[in-house]
Amino acid sequence: MAELGRAALVLTFGLVVYALVAGAYAAAARRRRLARSAQNALLGAFVSTAVAAAVLWAAFARRDFSFTYVADHSALKLPLAYRLSAFWGGQEGSLLLWLLILSGFSAAAVLLDRRATRELLAWVTPVLGGVACFFAFMLVFVASPFGTQTPPADGLGLNPSLQNPYMLAHPPMLYLGYVGLTIPWAFGMGALLSGRTDERWIVATRRWTLAAWMFLGIGQLLGSHWAYVEVGWGGYYAWDPVENAALMPWLAATAFLHSVMIQEKRGMLRVWNMLLVILAFGLSLFGTFLTRSGVINSIHSFTQSSIGPWFLGFIGVVVAFSLTLVFWRLPLLRSKTKLESLVSREATFLYNNLLLVALTLTILWGVTFPILSEAVRGTAITVSKPYYNFFLRSFGLPLLLLMGIGPLVPWRRASLRSLERTFLWPLGVAVACGVVIVALGGGSSKVGLITYTFAAFVAASIALEFVRGTRARHALTGGSWVVAFGGLVARNRRRYGGYVVHAAVVLLAVGIAGSSLYQTVREQKLQRGQAMTVAGYTLLYRSFATKQGPNSTESRALLAVSRGKHSLGTLDPGKNFYPVEQQTSNEVAIRSNWATGEDLYVIADQIDSDGSVYFKVLVKPAVNLIWLAGFVFVLGSVIALWPDAREERRLAERYGTAGAAVRA
Amino acid sequence: MTLALVLAALLAVGLVLFVARPFLREPETADDALETPGEEELRRLALAEERDRALQALRELEFDHRTGKVSDEDYRALVGPLRRSAAEALRALDPGRDGGPGSEHAPDGP
Repeated sequence: MAELGRAALVLTFGLVVYALVAGAYAAAARRRRLARSAQNALLGAFVSTAVAAAVLWAAFARRDFSFTYVADHSALKLPLAYRLSAFWGGQEGSLLLWLLILSGFSAAAVLLDRRATRELLAWVTPVLGGVACFFAFMLVFVASPFGTQTPPADGLGLNPSLQNPYMLAHPPMLYLGYVGLTIPWAFGMGALLSGRTDERWIVATRRWTLAAWMFLGIGQLLGSHWAYVEVGWGGYYAWDPVENAALMPWLAATAFLHSVMIQEKRGMLRVWNMLLVILAFGLSLFGTFLTRSGVINSIHSFTQSSIGPWFLGFIGVVVAFSLTLVFWRLPLLRSKTKLESLVSREATFLYNNLLLVALTLTILWGVTFPILSEAVRGTAITVSKPYYNFFLRSFGLPLLLLMGIGPLVPWRRASLRSLERTFLWPLGVAVACGVVIVALGGGSSKVGLITYTFAAFVAASIALEFVRGTRARHALTGGSWVVAFGGLVARNRRRYGGYVVHAAVVLLAVGIAGSSLYQTVREQKLQRGQAMTVAGYTLLYRSFATKQGPNSTESRALLAVSRGKHSLGTLDPGKNFYPVEQQTSNEVAIRSNWATGEDLYVIADQIDSDGSVYFKVLVKPAVNLIWLAGFVFVLGSVIALWPDAREERRLAERYGTAGAAVRA
Repeated sequence: MTLALVLAALLAVGLVLFVARPFLREPETADDALETPGEEELRRLALAEERDRALQALRELEFDHRTGKVSDEDYRALVGPLRRSAAEALRALDPGRDGGPGSEHAPDGP
């Protein structure tokens, strides 16, 4: 069946080339049927790519080692779920996943926007076709997943780090995010090509951007949790270049999501928004390049390959093409309105944007510096954790504070008297929180104290917004408080969904500060029967056992855990040895206290032949708030994403009447 | 091998027909021009965006005033220019009407 997969990819390539060439000609020459035909080509490309993907998945499911890619990334004993996720375990499969999602999103954009944004879509089609051309070209001519061979008796297996439930969801989520950012970029470029630089492209892509940003956020949190439970070093984010590669487009998209609101509400920042959407998409391509090119040393660089130069060339073309269009259309992008006051909601959004972009660019510099230094000097100079932590604090803490200030400041301008009244409660809560933290001994870390105080300020300002809004709505409509609250959120989903996302960021900040600045770490070698004490926990090493798993040998040390006189059960950290892959993985043991959010985290770092074990034990306060933040983040994003019939009607009326009045 | 090629050929034929569908459905047409907004339509669209922006701003100002975020003085200073710009946009969109953010597009409550 490899021939079917190959043929399907060749078909995809033909279709997307047609979408690019015929679509561009149709848009330029204003040919209706040809434009429609080019859109059909994009829809067809999704079908043929789905066929190719189905062929590869079927080969993994059937353990068909005549496919070289299947043999290289799976083995007879690999469980089915991991055989299916091995699809994206290597270079070629990852590229196919990119193309599958891209063609799926392109098809969805064509179907959803065909009627609403016809003249804009005519130009969006060749832009999407152009991006798909690159990936289809790579899959057909450079890195095909359908190479065949004489089937070996067994495959080479899958990297043990990828044999984790999180790996079933983490890469697809990230790819949904990376690829999802193609759609707003394509509509932005379509707007520039067509000269339709009004808000149409922003309205059409609002949900696409939000969804892509949400997936990218979920993907990163899943990746962090995977690192935490699977990689076994005791942390969840290591400023690894590939982790940064996902963070950068997310930060740029966060800035974009905020700044488009200024364009919608004030008609400002049109050039800035175009630049941000280019930055977000460019960084999503750069992220894929970093993950897949092998130019950097990372735990994520599972494969080394030669696709780097191709990717770099494509990123160069995309950036040059985008910036040329922006330059060409500059006269159309000029804003008619200006910032009225430096103390206004739009001003806080602007400060937020500057900080987010500054953080993104400093991370980008940290990621690219080793590559540049190697190219120039021949030695890669790695940028380490203190560099990133310094800039995270320098830009992240003001960003956190702005999240609390923004909702309290009205649009256009605010007088000192109204600010005094609005800020009173949140400031009071923040100061009280700071005092309590100092009293509890949390003043040992100044950064921790500032983070917690700022977080309290933001949480109070969000709560105040909900309380005041509900009260106003209740006064207006009467009825119950619950109905007033529901009505408040339902009638302005983006605003209140956004506040819920801000609440998630507060949890994230508290979780990160607590687990990194206030954590306790102790390392000790124990013989059976010996015990160690860490931050009030006592761990008694009882026994050691080895058993055979489905595709690995599992060694576990059994520890009895107690706190004071209370027994807290047992933990069994250890290691797994994968004979096919000839690799060993750390299997950490974690005891979570859901009431406090604290984790007791145990690593069996080194297991000696005499049964003694070198344990590394970490007590991480508030770490579970990070994972809780993930759920709150999804809730807020879904609220903001949820369709609003009133808003849809208003937009339909806006775009309908403008045309209808002229045609009448 | 043969089955794979047959399936690939069927897929190719189906997709080519699908791509050619707009021409197969309308082999000859009097008007093959892609709908393009003219200058007047774009001008009206810009006005409609301006109108919606002003009405939305009014709506938010009312709401922020009601919640206490905007003081009475700030409200009085801001509401006039916003009402005027909404009225101007409405008048420009529909020169026949008397202006003012009237019932049809009036900002609703929060």
